[in-house]
Amino acid sequence: MEYAVEMKGICKSFGGVQALKNVDLELRQGEIMGIVGDNGAGKSTLMKILSGAYQADRGEIYIFGKQVEIHNPMDSFKLGISMIYQDLALFNNLDVAKNIFAGRELVRGPLGITLDRKDMYRRAEELIKDLRVDIKSPKLNVARMSGGQRQMVACARAIAFKSKIMILDEPTAALGVTEANKLLGLIKNLKDLGQSILLITQRIPDILAIADRVFVLKGGVRQDILNVRDITLDDVVTLIVKGKDGSSEIADDIKYQSFG
Amino acid sequence: MKNNPLLFRNMSGKTGKILRNYTPLLILLVTILLFSLIAPNFTTFNNFRLMIRQISFVTISAVGLMFVMVAGGIDLSIGSQIIFTNIVLSLMMSSTYGYGMDPLIAIPICIAMGTILGMANGILSNTLKVHPLIITLGTSYIYKGLGYIIAGGRNIDGLPDSFRVYGQGYVGPVPVPIIIMIIVAIIGAYFLHNTNFGSRVFAMGGNQEAAHLVGINIKRMKLIVFAIGGFASGITSVVLLSRVFNGQVTTGAGIEFDALTAALLGGVGFAGGEGTILGLITGVMIIGVLNNGMQLFGLQDFYQNLVKGALLLAAVGYDEYQKSRRAKEMVEKVEM
Repeated sequence: MEYAVEMKGICKSFGGVQALKNVDLELRQGEIMGIVGDNGAGKSTLMKILSGAYQADRGEIYIFGKQVEIHNPMDSFKLGISMIYQDLALFNNLDVAKNIFAGRELVRGPLGITLDRKDMYRRAEELIKDLRVDIKSPKLNVARMSGGQRQMVACARAIAFKSKIMILDEPTAALGVTEANKLLGLIKNLKDLGQSILLITQRIPDILAIADRVFVLKGGVRQDILNVRDITLDDVVTLIVKGKDGSSEIADDIKYQSFG
Repeated sequence: MKNNPLLFRNMSGKTGKILRNYTPLLILLVTILLFSLIAPNFTTFNNFRLMIRQISFVTISAVGLMFVMVAGGIDLSIGSQIIFTNIVLSLMMSSTYGYGMDPLIAIPICIAMGTILGMANGILSNTLKVHPLIITLGTSYIYKGLGYIIAGGRNIDGLPDSFRVYGQGYVGPVPVPIIIMIIVAIIGAYFLHNTNFGSRVFAMGGNQEAAHLVGINIKRMKLIVFAIGGFASGITSVVLLSRVFNGQVTTGAGIEFDALTAALLGGVGFAGGEGTILGLITGVMIIGVLNNGMQLFGLQDFYQNLVKGALLLAAVGYDEYQKSRRAKEMVEKVEM
């Protein structure tokens, strides 16, 4: 079976710091893969390369078996990749529908520049319904919404454009327990809808709950990809902190402060 | 606030919203009412026509400025763009000092020149990565300086009579500048509020990083909005020169401050991402009514400046107050 995403030998440096060293990643079609690692491990950098926010210094990317070049977010979007950012990247001055369609507005008329408001609000309403999200109207301003609702708007945005590969950057980080659980349910929903999902998170239990596999990074180096079925929280944490050869000097008790 | 009855809170929210949306209009109506009571001849047809023609120049350039402001920028060089294009335009057409060019050829060149000056602001803002306030402060000196150098202390007259129509002509009872203003405002409103381009201008002004992430080309957008600002100042330059009918380096000087004041009074946010053309026009009208009414009432220019300044501060202060109140409401909502 061909992979949804295959990244080979990805390298990226910022100034003198090498953030990613020869990283390989394979995402199967229709799976949820957790991306974990300590702060600065390179999780977000790797995903931003896939989403076009950064460009790799070296390495190859294959999407559904085809080698691609991703120079900017638009390239990535055209390949069916959507990234939902940690800071959400919403427009606080716009309403739900305008947020969903920002940069990809629906248009009508002979010039193809006149906004098709009716269609935008109708489609936004359908999306909200599909996602079973408690947002009363697509005309509401997102500035006044809760973290969970904002997250859902960001997801609706991705789904609206028929993305096939979704990257979620710490979606549950700012959410309360109830909202986080709701969101995890939604992510599972997305998988059932045929999306291949990369889920960056610090919350290992989230991954054990919904992911199929988990990809571990440490110091910009790939450690391993584990099958979630076969592992425990401890296995993941150990790999994150100590790495695959257990070379780290960090004491064991630190891991519980970071991830408990 | 937690113990307030829900009804009360809803009501105060609603009143707040109405006040927020209609404050400029309320100010306008109050000033019109005030002057119709105290200023002689204020409410005559002729006076209103005069007043609207007075504001038409500022409105045209303010519509252009609005695109820059909604995108999160600012253009302080509008007046200087007009000074420069005014001198060049008059030289192109003047039979005594210049080339005696046909207005129908000179006008498009003038507007194109304005657009290029605006674009230069955009290019500089993209390359220097400094706040547009500083960029356009710099270019405003440059454009003004160039205008003065080219003018060389001359009052450039000898303009062709066929050029009078744009600033002095009438279509029926309506002055041509007013018609041009209306056309510019309608086209501006269409592009800002009803096209995908306009949506992106708002998105960019609301959150530039997010705009980049959704694939909006920020550099190109900056170039375009500044070019629109320059385009509008090019049109203003044509109408103003036709009105003054004499190429002078004072024409258009300082117009950016009236345009900026009008925008802020009309609810265009300084930080970008908010505002409507209708609000902008309300803002320009407020200034027009104040200028005209105070003149008729017999107040001198410096008193007008005092009132304009005080009103601007009051309006902006009120806006900030509303925003902090909204922020507070949000905190309460999360706490619930």
